[in-house]
Amino acid sequence: MSLLTKTMSLAAAAAMAVTLLSSASFAEDGTGQQLYPLFTYRTGPYAPSFIPFGAGNIDYLRYINEVEGGVDGVKILVQECETAYTIERGIECYERYKNGYNGALTAAIYPHSSGLDVALTDKARIDKIPIVSPGGGQNIATDGRVFPYQYPLVFDYWSEAQIIVDYIAQQAGGYDKLKGLKIATLYHDSGYGRDTIEPLGILSKKYGFEDIQIPVPHPGEQQQTQWQQIRRANADWVFLRGWGVMTPVAIKTAARVGFPANRIIGDIWSGSEDDARPAGAAANGYLAVSVFPPGTDYGILKTLKADILDKGKSDLKDNSKFGTVYYNYGVIEAITFVEALRTGHKKFGNRPLTAAEGQWALEHLDIDQKRIAELGAEGLISPLKTSIDNHKGETIAAKIIQWNGQSWDTRTDWIKADASLFADVIKAKAAAYAKEKGIEPRVATN
Amino acid sequence: MQESAPSKPFRQPAFGVGTVAVVGGLIAAFAVPALADDYWLSSIIIPTVIMGLAGIGLNLLMGYTGLVSIGSAAFMSIGAFSTYNLLLRAPFLPLPVVLIFAGLIAAIAGVIFGLPSLRIKGFYLGASTLGAQFLFEWLFTNFSWFSNDSQSLTISAPRLQILDYDLQSATGRYYLVIATTVLLIALAFAIVKSRVGREWMAIRDMDVAASVIGIRVARRKLLSFGISSFFLGIAGALWAYGYLGTADAHAFNLDKSFQILFIVIIGGVATIFGNFLGAAFIVLTPILLDRLSLIIDLSFLGDQGALANLQHIIFGTIIIVLLIKEPDGLSSLGRRGVEALRSRARSSN
Repeated sequence: MSLLTKTMSLAAAAAMAVTLLSSASFAEDGTGQQLYPLFTYRTGPYAPSFIPFGAGNIDYLRYINEVEGGVDGVKILVQECETAYTIERGIECYERYKNGYNGALTAAIYPHSSGLDVALTDKARIDKIPIVSPGGGQNIATDGRVFPYQYPLVFDYWSEAQIIVDYIAQQAGGYDKLKGLKIATLYHDSGYGRDTIEPLGILSKKYGFEDIQIPVPHPGEQQQTQWQQIRRANADWVFLRGWGVMTPVAIKTAARVGFPANRIIGDIWSGSEDDARPAGAAANGYLAVSVFPPGTDYGILKTLKADILDKGKSDLKDNSKFGTVYYNYGVIEAITFVEALRTGHKKFGNRPLTAAEGQWALEHLDIDQKRIAELGAEGLISPLKTSIDNHKGETIAAKIIQWNGQSWDTRTDWIKADASLFADVIKAKAAAYAKEKGIEPRVATN
Repeated sequence: MQESAPSKPFRQPAFGVGTVAVVGGLIAAFAVPALADDYWLSSIIIPTVIMGLAGIGLNLLMGYTGLVSIGSAAFMSIGAFSTYNLLLRAPFLPLPVVLIFAGLIAAIAGVIFGLPSLRIKGFYLGASTLGAQFLFEWLFTNFSWFSNDSQSLTISAPRLQILDYDLQSATGRYYLVIATTVLLIALAFAIVKSRVGREWMAIRDMDVAASVIGIRVARRKLLSFGISSFFLGIAGALWAYGYLGTADAHAFNLDKSFQILFIVIIGGVATIFGNFLGAAFIVLTPILLDRLSLIIDLSFLGDQGALANLQHIIFGTIIIVLLIKEPDGLSSLGRRGVEALRSRARSSN
């Protein structure tokens, strides 16, 4: 009998599973709303970065919904989906929300993971869903003729390499002074880390500095040999392309071998509070590239503090994370989404956008200086203008920030990367990809 | 425990029922895309079927031959990377041939890493397969030749087609996966019921006795590693192209090996279909828990983070309870259930 009960309960569980999976109609009706599927990783090794990042996103969208009454009157329905930063779970989330949810339409999907962004490339092309990855997309997808549905908005590592070299030239007193300098790149040995080898090679040929590339195997808890190598080579600058634990270990090991922190420039993923603080006093003076400038002095941050944080509506559990690099990254990302919706509303009317309309909007983004001022985001974001030819944005810019032992100080204004420098290489790579995949590049029509 | 052939007298009537079941199953399998939408195909059915196939691969080794492996994902990655490179560098080869070659390459690697099994046993053998796990993850991350110097070290199928039929849609990928899987299930049954399969089981149950009755233990063990890796290699290729769309070496990390191990344990050791039950459990439970939290209001827990972590705890608890209550796996529960129903029907007649 107990066996029968067991079998029956197994069957019942299976039946329940099927019902659960096939129906999405238990929750509130989303008709007339715009869906924002929020891909989360609140669990897993990268959760500490996500928590403030997700909160920045949620807080800004709450502010739009509750204070501004939606985007041009259209409410945003935030629906979380936990990926644990794995591609498998991410694909399930994508499939779950690609066609909307309970009447709320999907205009774009932000996968929040470079790996997932790559994995969704083919699926998104077939499903015609825009995939947006601010700061973490595929650089070759800048070419929107080959990648109609990928949006690597805001930043890429090739531009970052250029910005680093520009900053060093500034410090040295001109590009002609770069000749003979030694710039070592200490990189996380992964696809991400290796991405700057090629542009730095091109830049080193152009300016005549010596390009030294040193890999650190994941996760990078041991870097004594690498730093001794840097010391022996007598490097003038170190470009630190770290990830996770690798960054604080690098800063500490640098101090141990006597390499000055103010000659190390961290990558955007090596430039958060959680990268510098664990290194303690060794991090004083450490520099980093920043596309998501930290701080609470921006107009929009003050508004969020007054309307969301102080009213207890923030997603943050730890308010000290307010205004950190990852929190502001979340706010900036949410701004790109909301501004894309506004762009679409101007053409299609003030209603939820479909994926096709979302694609049009993302391709015609134009957040100029005036709009940035209206948003209260001066200094927080740099102008962003996209087109069919350019899915990243025409001007890529970043600031250099410096750790003062407690928090980050902004050292420079926006340093703009010269887009023309690598444009041909990127186009050629995209063309090769199109050929390998048998994709016919679109012709820009409007 | 094992699905050994019943003795002759009972076989005759069972054969008819079995044939009907197989034919019905096949028809059902091929009719699925008509009933299921993209969500079901892409994120539920395809991963479950592929992981079930990987489970068969490990089960042939672990369940039937009694050899431990915790490097299953490494052989999957070999299959995936071989498929990519064969499609890229030998474009004249059709996809089915490429899949078979990829499986064979994985099989060769399996035989090489199976060599220590001739001398060592049990958990010590686990260490050798663990070596495979780390070696191949390192190899595919550090030699960009394997990913055609792609910037992000990921591989994606240059073309997924058979005789000009494009397999990129969810339905196309489903047919690729299900057709391959059906053929491999048939192969697995054939092997298990053959002399080879019986010799494997003899080795598993007592290898000294097996060698005394004239079984060439060393050869059979290596063959088991080879065939197991053949299955895993093809499962890996399907995982990369039929499911993920792209893959890098980290898609086949130690976590994946453990998942396959759990599939075998939960589904049932020394079964074929049980692997699919195990795979369904491993793939679907986290998704179900996530969807459940959409319906039930759990806001009293505080925040979404706590909720997400709670899901992991519940998942772990279910596994523990299941293994205590049903140590032989879901397949044994299912089989006994069916038998109980049958005997009730007989007694009521």
